[in-house]
Amino acid sequence: MDISFLLNGETVDIENVEKTTTLLDWLRREKGYTGTKEGCNEGDCGACTVIVSDVSHHKTFNSCILFLPQVHGKAVRTVEGISGPKGQMHPVQSAMITHHGSQCGFCTPGFITSLACAHLNADRNYDDILAGNLCRCTGYAPIIRAAQAVSNEPIPMWMWESKAPHVTKQIELPQSANELARWYINHPKGTIIGGATDVGLWVTKQLRELDDIAFLHQCDDLQNIELTNKGLEIGAAVTMDRVGEALSSRHPAYSELIRRYGSQQVRNAATIGGNIANGSPIGDNPPPLIALGATLRLRKGNTRREMPIENFFIEYGQQDRAPGEFLEAIIIPDQTDRLRVYKLSKRFDQDISAVCGAFNIQIHDSVVSDARIAFGGLAGIPKRATTMEKSLINQPWTKETITNAMPSIAIDFSPLTDMRASAEYRLHTAQNMLMRVWLEDQKACTSVLDVTA
Amino acid sequence: MNTFDPRPHDSAHLHVTGEAKYIDDIPAPANVLHLAFGLSNAPSGAIKNINLDAVRTAPGVVAVLTAQDLKFETDTSPSNHDEPLLATDMVHFVGQPIFLVIATSHWMARKAARLGHITITPHPPILTIEQALASNSYIEKTPRVYEKGNCAAALGSAPHRLTGQIHIGGQEHFYLEGQVAMAWPQENGDMHIFSSTQHPTEIQHKVAEAIGSSMASVRVETRRMGGGFGGKESQGNALAVACAVAAHHVNQPCKFRYDRDDDMIITGKRHDFRIDYEVGYDNEGHVVAVSFCHYVRCGWSMDLSLPVADRAMLHADNAYHIPVLRVESHRLQTNTCSATAFRGFGGPQGMLGIERVMDHIAHALGLDPVIVRTRNYYPNPRHNKELGTTHYGMPVTDFVLDDMTDHLLEKSCYTTRRRAIDEWNSNNPIIRRGIAFSPVKFGISFTLTHLNQAGALVHVYQDGSIHLNHGGTEMGQGLFQKVAHVAAYEFGVSIDRIKITATDTGKVPNTSATAASSGSDLNGMAVKVACEQIRKRMAKHLAELYQVPTHDIKFLNDKVQVGKDDISFAKAAQLSWTGRVNLSANGFYKTPELHWDRIDGKGQPFYYFAYGCAVTEVAIDTLTGENRILRTDILHDVGASLNPAIDIGQIEGGFVQGAGWLTTEELVWDDDGRLCTHAPSTYKIPACSDRPDTFNVDLWQNKNRKDTIYRSKAVGEPPLMLGISAFLALSHAISSYKTCYPDLQAPATAEAVWRSLRSAETP
Repeated sequence: MDISFLLNGETVDIENVEKTTTLLDWLRREKGYTGTKEGCNEGDCGACTVIVSDVSHHKTFNSCILFLPQVHGKAVRTVEGISGPKGQMHPVQSAMITHHGSQCGFCTPGFITSLACAHLNADRNYDDILAGNLCRCTGYAPIIRAAQAVSNEPIPMWMWESKAPHVTKQIELPQSANELARWYINHPKGTIIGGATDVGLWVTKQLRELDDIAFLHQCDDLQNIELTNKGLEIGAAVTMDRVGEALSSRHPAYSELIRRYGSQQVRNAATIGGNIANGSPIGDNPPPLIALGATLRLRKGNTRREMPIENFFIEYGQQDRAPGEFLEAIIIPDQTDRLRVYKLSKRFDQDISAVCGAFNIQIHDSVVSDARIAFGGLAGIPKRATTMEKSLINQPWTKETITNAMPSIAIDFSPLTDMRASAEYRLHTAQNMLMRVWLEDQKACTSVLDVTA
Repeated sequence: MNTFDPRPHDSAHLHVTGEAKYIDDIPAPANVLHLAFGLSNAPSGAIKNINLDAVRTAPGVVAVLTAQDLKFETDTSPSNHDEPLLATDMVHFVGQPIFLVIATSHWMARKAARLGHITITPHPPILTIEQALASNSYIEKTPRVYEKGNCAAALGSAPHRLTGQIHIGGQEHFYLEGQVAMAWPQENGDMHIFSSTQHPTEIQHKVAEAIGSSMASVRVETRRMGGGFGGKESQGNALAVACAVAAHHVNQPCKFRYDRDDDMIITGKRHDFRIDYEVGYDNEGHVVAVSFCHYVRCGWSMDLSLPVADRAMLHADNAYHIPVLRVESHRLQTNTCSATAFRGFGGPQGMLGIERVMDHIAHALGLDPVIVRTRNYYPNPRHNKELGTTHYGMPVTDFVLDDMTDHLLEKSCYTTRRRAIDEWNSNNPIIRRGIAFSPVKFGISFTLTHLNQAGALVHVYQDGSIHLNHGGTEMGQGLFQKVAHVAAYEFGVSIDRIKITATDTGKVPNTSATAASSGSDLNGMAVKVACEQIRKRMAKHLAELYQVPTHDIKFLNDKVQVGKDDISFAKAAQLSWTGRVNLSANGFYKTPELHWDRIDGKGQPFYYFAYGCAVTEVAIDTLTGENRILRTDILHDVGASLNPAIDIGQIEGGFVQGAGWLTTEELVWDDDGRLCTHAPSTYKIPACSDRPDTFNVDLWQNKNRKDTIYRSKAVGEPPLMLGISAFLALSHAISSYKTCYPDLQAPATAEAVWRSLRSAETP
């Protein structure tokens, strides 16, 4: 496959790229651009962060799990391109020097690209912007001081020269859901790659060779978010950063969950469809989607079918998806927002959930009229807590009802112990999450994220 | 009281532009080959058969080596010759290297390394401290005991007694740059090594042995590391030795870097400890006697475990003058990666033991823990005639924590906030807060006395530029810039005139590891000695030339004052050159006053102590144990700072790293000895939002009483232990929940906090 993109403002044409060559490897090995570092090779440390721009957006990505075909037609900016053409420092670079934001310096190029991208986008939520950039030396304080010091500085001219070139689409990649459907019928064992935040690790960590690959990023019709008469329809290839935005007013708790989902770099790449279709028991989207009564639309060839999302997950490693069938869209029905989502992990940011609990408990006249409750991390699949739901429905919304319903979690689930949490802890915290829903309704202070010294 | 300006790190401008070169960024020769280890899947057992057919025929593979193919002694241990590069007949942990793949690319080497078929007759593994005790599995056969007074008797007569136990988890270094080395064979069998190492001399020594050569034939160069933290003191040996052996075998340059998961599986980490304690104390909280038993999980080989465990014993007193103190230390051998150096080197674990005791006493007596702590402090020589003496017989002559504590408590409004927190806790059922103060007294010097030496090499060129070299390595701590300050000061020139150069065993030989916080103390002094020699030679020559007394020659402001005239430093250098003055000098320094018997546990192992203290406030969620640091105030003693910006950076970073160790950083092994947390996806170092919302760091204005480089103090390790305040604050928050002592275990993950809350619940 031949691809073309802008690298620090200059056009790059590469012939015969291997589809699973990562941008990081190409930059370092082929191009000799060694400023971009490999820290973990799995998208968790951010040392390899680059800015990728299309015509309208500038976003950060982990180049260690970004395959070359994914940057076709885009503009890539590495740390080497953050300084001006005559070597002028970007304000973020100068500030990182004067505020002592680097010590060993190995993570620094990733911080520079993340901060330069945020500066370009006038984004100042530094804890979120930098959640995917690990630093082991500084304790982050001087980096934040540097970022704040230059937040009002003008954007250097050269940073605007990041607009993607108007190259034609890479015709070997599917251009639409129709093309994808045809390809998948012919390659039922092929691999569909959305953002590569999961498949990237199949390559970099499991060292798998992937032969038949379809990338989704040129399928525009899989990347729509639209209001339909069935509710909000989200295309399977919509990236998580956009899902978060789209849900911010409809379901703020879901949006807050997405704020803590992966990191900025991961959310910019990861697709909602990928997070569902890979069938992980610890993906963070399924629990709230189940609680919201979302449906999935699957497609094989020209045949489509819809199912409640909870029916998609059959058991660990098995989903209700035929060979050659793919997830096309997720539909969230319109409803009064009562969603509460709690993500429990060892670290608040960029961590995989030990338990992810989603609660959609409707109350009418102080009585529970409906309850849809789903958990990730408690079973081999994301799953509803049906006994817990039943023990709430038609009961008064009181502490006593909650206390009575809490033990039912042990009927619904028998979780495992692993490196994230023990079974006992998972069960107890899951039931405590139900109590948290009630306490929040009482306006109690229930989150350590809400308190300050 | 700063000697110099807060200059940025010497490479800051290279860091931010991506121009700073790490080993993997150095353009390698075109014919460079890449290496990967084939690893043991079994924690313990005998190797029955090694079938590498598939490895040898894999694409890109040039050669595959096993232990049988190694011609010379290829041991990678820093201490005990118990770490063969490749396993011989036995394997001792999951991740132990068994064979070495040499291939044309990093990816091909990694892929091929997974194709080996190794048959191992398994032995039951010894994984935990408890299993090691049950199996009598020791690295050092005899437990060490350091004792002051008769502990059993003193405990027996104490008014009150308490016992307890704390498990303290290990810690992965997570240097952002993984382990990496490159070997470049030279003519006549010589070897040039580039290594990301804190200890180039040891790499040189190990490589020389491994290729059957001499140290003079091996040159090791290290410009910078992308983080070290102790993890590159001995853990880089295997890669450099593998590169040298492979390069020797194929006569081509070889490069080796671990993928992150391999790095975390193979390399050693901070030692985990179990500390059992028994303390006797009076009604006011004065400690009468403490008895500690340290159980140290050392892993499969000795590595640096003995001095680590020793240092833990030496910090069992922390800041407290305990009349009778006994520490017994068991160094246990287990089928896990060999635990190694990590910032603090055992000190943090030893210190956490006594801080736990102080907390426990305060809880039992219903006193503010600060009161119990300060009542037990060593005497400050400024306020007291009698000096305190440690349990290893060393007088504490520089204690300042009483004054520092008063200052910090006031500045952080500790008392008011503690009251406000108590009130909050009585009104908020779910979110509880806690606040804690903790002090640090950390001994500075290598406990192995002969390591306290350093060398430097300084050249002044005829154009007045100055080439600076010394035995210390740069891992981000700002050592090179601090030492450059010294050279600039000695010559009275701008720091821009100083050329900082890579650590190189060909320039300064027989160096010690850059470790034990000693980098600037030792190398700063050695550089000063070197510069003084050149300066004196120049002065002597200029005095003769200009016919002025030598004492009228002054090196200041980038100039040399010669009597009433000024000449530029460049001119002075040029005149000295034409006057045939030797403008090159080596400097050497050894720390004075040290004597130490590690078996007897008596002597003066440290030149001086560095001090610090912190107040940290946290919040916990009693439903889940989730917790967060809200505010930290620190006052730290760096003596007269060589560079306040660099020192504050060490303190901020050290605190966050220490807090990470005791909160989110959890290492989990399964029952088969596999490390489950071998990547940043599962092992959680602090992220950006985990730093304290409010984070105030101040330097204590205090010159070192000892004659260190410009009266500064070491700063690398001590601040890490300020993180203990976060752990104690969590314990305080939990204690608001119920009456019994929280018994929090480390790391205090959300689950550990929740467990502690539950165990505190009244049935």
